[in-house]
Amino acid sequence: MNRFLLPLSIFAVVVVFLGVGLTLNPREIPSPLVGKAAPEFSQPQLYDQEKIFSPANLKGKVWLLNFWASWCGGCKTEHPVLMELAKSGQVPIYGMDYKDEREEALAWLQRWGNPYPVVGVDQAGRVGINYGVYGVPETYVIDKQGMIRYKQIGPLDPDTVEKKILPLVKQLESQ
Amino acid sequence: MIWLALIMVCVSGPAWAGEAKPLGEDPAVEARLKHLAIELRCLVCQNQTLADSNAPLAEDLRREVREMIVKNMSDKEIIDFLVERYGDFVLYRPPVKATTALLWMGPFVLLIVGLAALIIAVRRRSQKLVDVPVTDEEHRRVEQLLAEGGKRS
Repeated sequence: MNRFLLPLSIFAVVVVFLGVGLTLNPREIPSPLVGKAAPEFSQPQLYDQEKIFSPANLKGKVWLLNFWASWCGGCKTEHPVLMELAKSGQVPIYGMDYKDEREEALAWLQRWGNPYPVVGVDQAGRVGINYGVYGVPETYVIDKQGMIRYKQIGPLDPDTVEKKILPLVKQLESQ
Repeated sequence: MIWLALIMVCVSGPAWAGEAKPLGEDPAVEARLKHLAIELRCLVCQNQTLADSNAPLAEDLRREVREMIVKNMSDKEIIDFLVERYGDFVLYRPPVKATTALLWMGPFVLLIVGLAALIIAVRRRSQKLVDVPVTDEEHRRVEQLLAEGGKRS
C-alpha cells in the first residue's frame, strides 16, 4: 500500500494543477487599469464629426465605455444585450468605434440599432491602446470620479450584466 | 563626366537631406524597436512576440513603440508604458514577484526534490547489498574452475 502512496499523491497534485489550469481562460488578461483613472481622450464623434467625445464631460456620472467595431463578430453577439441595457435606462453606454470605417460603422448601427447616446471614433486604435484593449468588444465601468471599476473582456452576456455590471453600477451610483 | 556627376551629387545632396525620413526607415529606430519587440508579447496571438506578429494590434503597438523611440524615451519608460496598460502579461519574461515565485522557483524546487529522491534511492539500494564473505574453500574452488575453463578453450 505504502508503495503506491507517493505516486498517487504526486498524481493528485498534478491533477489539481491541471484542473485549475483548465478553468482559467488564457484570453482573459487581468487589466492593471481597474482601480485607476480612466485615460483621458478627446475623439471626434461618429455622427457629428465636428463634435468631440471626451470622458471629462462625464464626470459625476457612472457610465460604460464599450469598444466595438462593425467588423467584429463578438460585437454582433453582445449587441442585443447592449440594446436591452440601454432601453432599461439603468446606465448609459458610450461607444468607441475601434479601427473601423465610418460608413460601415454607420450602416451597422442603422441596421442593428444604436444603444449609445454618443459614439466616439478611434480610427488609429490609440485610445484602445491607452485603455489596454487587445480585442473588441471590451467594456469598462467608469465611476463618478472617472475611475475604471471593472473591465469586461469579450461580449457582455445577460448573466454578466445582471450579476456583475448592474450591482456594481448601483453601488457606484450610491457613492 | 566624373566632375559633372560629382556636381550633380553635391547639388542634389541637400535636397534629400531635407526630406523627412519615414519612421520605418531610420535604422537606429528600427534596431531599438527590434530589440524591444522581442521582449514584448503580442496580446492577440499569445505565443508570438510583438516582433513576429502581423496582428493589427501588434502593428499598432509597434507604431506606438516606434514613436516613443523617436521621442527618445528609454527602454524602461517604454516598457512601463505598456505594462501600465496591458499588465505584466505583455512581457515575455515575467518579472520576479510574489505571484510569479512558483514560476521562477518551480524548476529549482523540482530539481532539488529530484536530487533528494535520487540520493535516497541510491542509499537504500546500497543498504540492500549485503557483503557475503567468501571462504578460503570457495576461493580455491573458483580459481580451480577458472583454470579449467582456460584450458578447455
